Amino acid sequence: MERNLFLGDEAIAQAALDAGLSGVYAYPGTPSTEITEYIQNSPVAKERGIHSRWSTNEKTAMEAALGMSYAGKRTLCCMKHVGLNVAADCFMNAAMSGIHGGLIILTADDPSMHSSQNEQDNRVFGNFAMLPILEPSNQQEAYDMVYDGFGLSEKLGYPILLRITTRMAHSRAGVQRRQEKPQNTLSFPTDGGQRYILLPVIARKRYKALLTAQDTFTKASEASTYNKYFDSPNKKLGILTTGIAFNYLSENYPDGFENPVLKISQYPLPRKLIEKLTECDEILVLEEGYPVVEEQLKGFLGRGLKIHGRLDGTLQRDGELTPDSVGKVLGKETTSSYSIPEVVAGRPPALCQGCGHRDVYDALNEVVKEYGEAARVFSDIGCYTLGALPPFRAIDSCIDMGASITMAKGAADAGAFPAISVIGDSTFTHSGMTGLLDCVNEATPVTIIISDNETTAMTGGQDSAGTGRLEAICQGIGVAPKHIRVIVPLKKNYEEMKNLIREEIEYRGVSVIIPRRECIQTLKRKKHA
Amino acid sequence: MKIDIILAGVGGQGILSIAAVIGEAALKEGLYMKQAEVHGMSQRGGDVQSNLRLSDRPIASDLIPKGQADLIISLEPMESLRYLPYLKKDGWVVTNSVPFINIPNYPEIDKVEAELDKLPHKVVLDVESIAKEAGSARSANIVILGAATPFLGIDYTKIEEGICRIFARKGEDIVNQNLKALKAGYDAAGQGA
Repeated sequence: MERNLFLGDEAIAQAALDAGLSGVYAYPGTPSTEITEYIQNSPVAKERGIHSRWSTNEKTAMEAALGMSYAGKRTLCCMKHVGLNVAADCFMNAAMSGIHGGLIILTADDPSMHSSQNEQDNRVFGNFAMLPILEPSNQQEAYDMVYDGFGLSEKLGYPILLRITTRMAHSRAGVQRRQEKPQNTLSFPTDGGQRYILLPVIARKRYKALLTAQDTFTKASEASTYNKYFDSPNKKLGILTTGIAFNYLSENYPDGFENPVLKISQYPLPRKLIEKLTECDEILVLEEGYPVVEEQLKGFLGRGLKIHGRLDGTLQRDGELTPDSVGKVLGKETTSSYSIPEVVAGRPPALCQGCGHRDVYDALNEVVKEYGEAARVFSDIGCYTLGALPPFRAIDSCIDMGASITMAKGAADAGAFPAISVIGDSTFTHSGMTGLLDCVNEATPVTIIISDNETTAMTGGQDSAGTGRLEAICQGIGVAPKHIRVIVPLKKNYEEMKNLIREEIEYRGVSVIIPRRECIQTLKRKKHA
Repeated sequence: MKIDIILAGVGGQGILSIAAVIGEAALKEGLYMKQAEVHGMSQRGGDVQSNLRLSDRPIASDLIPKGQADLIISLEPMESLRYLPYLKKDGWVVTNSVPFINIPNYPEIDKVEAELDKLPHKVVLDVESIAKEAGSARSANIVILGAATPFLGIDYTKIEEGICRIFARKGEDIVNQNLKALKAGYDAAGQGA
């Protein structure tokens, strides 16, 4: 049968299309971006009118996804792990309301932080919301889980959290597709839909319903073909793997396992299968991310089973697993014949040559110098975060989407001057606009630089929600028009840029400076197209 | 048949196109393959690598264990050295000799060359000049693929077919440029077709 060479992300997107998807809602974020892009580029999706336009942020994405599901259609909502923090309000409460059309919420976690500011494990979030979680171990399983996942969601009546990690998202393998299904027709919840009105009187009932459903979820896990027990007479050690950890274990045993192994890819934990593993003297838990399963098995005092994993130091507590780290704990250490020569220097990522952010930082740095140590520059999530590295060393913070504006506000409230914010255009519309309103309402003396490259650059140049309308948005929020200043960040405009930054710092109110020049990567691509 | 390859370079040099061509050829050969790549922040001029595994049996891990890579294909000499802990003792390094200098502390090039000299099996080529001479200046990545082809365990003609399929949507000129680049790299590596 024909196999397609798919990234994990692409396998998920194709599976959703094949399973009768009506819409994907997402905000770009590594390593989840390619799912939505695949659907956007799919001629079939276009022909069938499948929704795929980027949302302004993960919260709006998840709410719209819940709305489409309410209307009976199969919906996919994708985000990187930290995106679920933004969408958490809706996520937690979607577990209370339940769904109508199948709803899969995809979280792409990034252990080892290849392109993220933390390595949170969103299985914790899934457990927090008490929802079923799927965690594929390979690309085919990712395809199958999505293909069947909408049906599972509809059968259980709840959203499914699909958790992948960077190596699953961004690794290619051959995948077999299955037969295409039609989309669901428009329909509203058959039970009258009262459960979507989370007034306390209804919410209390819904919480009881969610608690009751836990047993059904566990039974589904116990019956799931994604959870597999491999028996072996050697009961000294049992090994439990979750998600792609199974592959690293298999890599170390090319001729078959030498211990009982339980592969878990569907949660809540399948009780009955875990019982089998407790026949072993000790249990080793291999999981990508936090010691979620290890903690559950161990209990608070850990006086029951002998459990090894990330908690007791058998495996490193942070960072992603590798075939080497897994082999090492099983006494199958790999050895290198060569080491990295000392001459090899680190090569950190950097802003592209010719990028407008460079010119913004060059001008800003010179003005900031005039204020000595007093000036603080709060920045945000995007390519411009690289302004933290030499030669710029231009920023003092990068915490979460939109925090530059509100952190500058808090620092200004505390008396810091000048308090400067540097934020990108897409991050501004994602989560900066509400913070700007806070500043406007209090006329806080902050200088906000929206470094506008007219795209979501870091994730590869996706559309930015506010392109062409940033001045109007700032004005609408209440920034005085004469303190909304636009300039083209080019070397020839340095003096003008510096003057403008100086003037707006000296204005003791809210000012917004918009240096605007298209991302050179998207520009290059347009030229070559 | 089982071959583990590390592709190395600097973000933007085009290592993922090399992976795509090999992957396409491998799949048509009926081989199993896994190819892990890194997207996102590191693509902005940082070091990038991709793990490419081909086998006639199912492959477990997306990542290559240390000391197991048969081949390192690199578009940059210093980057080829970064992944040496993954190279098998008798593995090959096929690398571009021209440094990509975008960091202030890039080592002196003769020190990099001296390290490459120490390796028992290597092919070191100025792929940019070869690409230019072949009239395909923008296909340096395919030149290095050509030079590495003898080590892939896949027929040269299958790699050619892979190029045709991968670049088809960019038009016939681009396909031909890349085929020329492949041949130039193959010949330059002293494995004349």
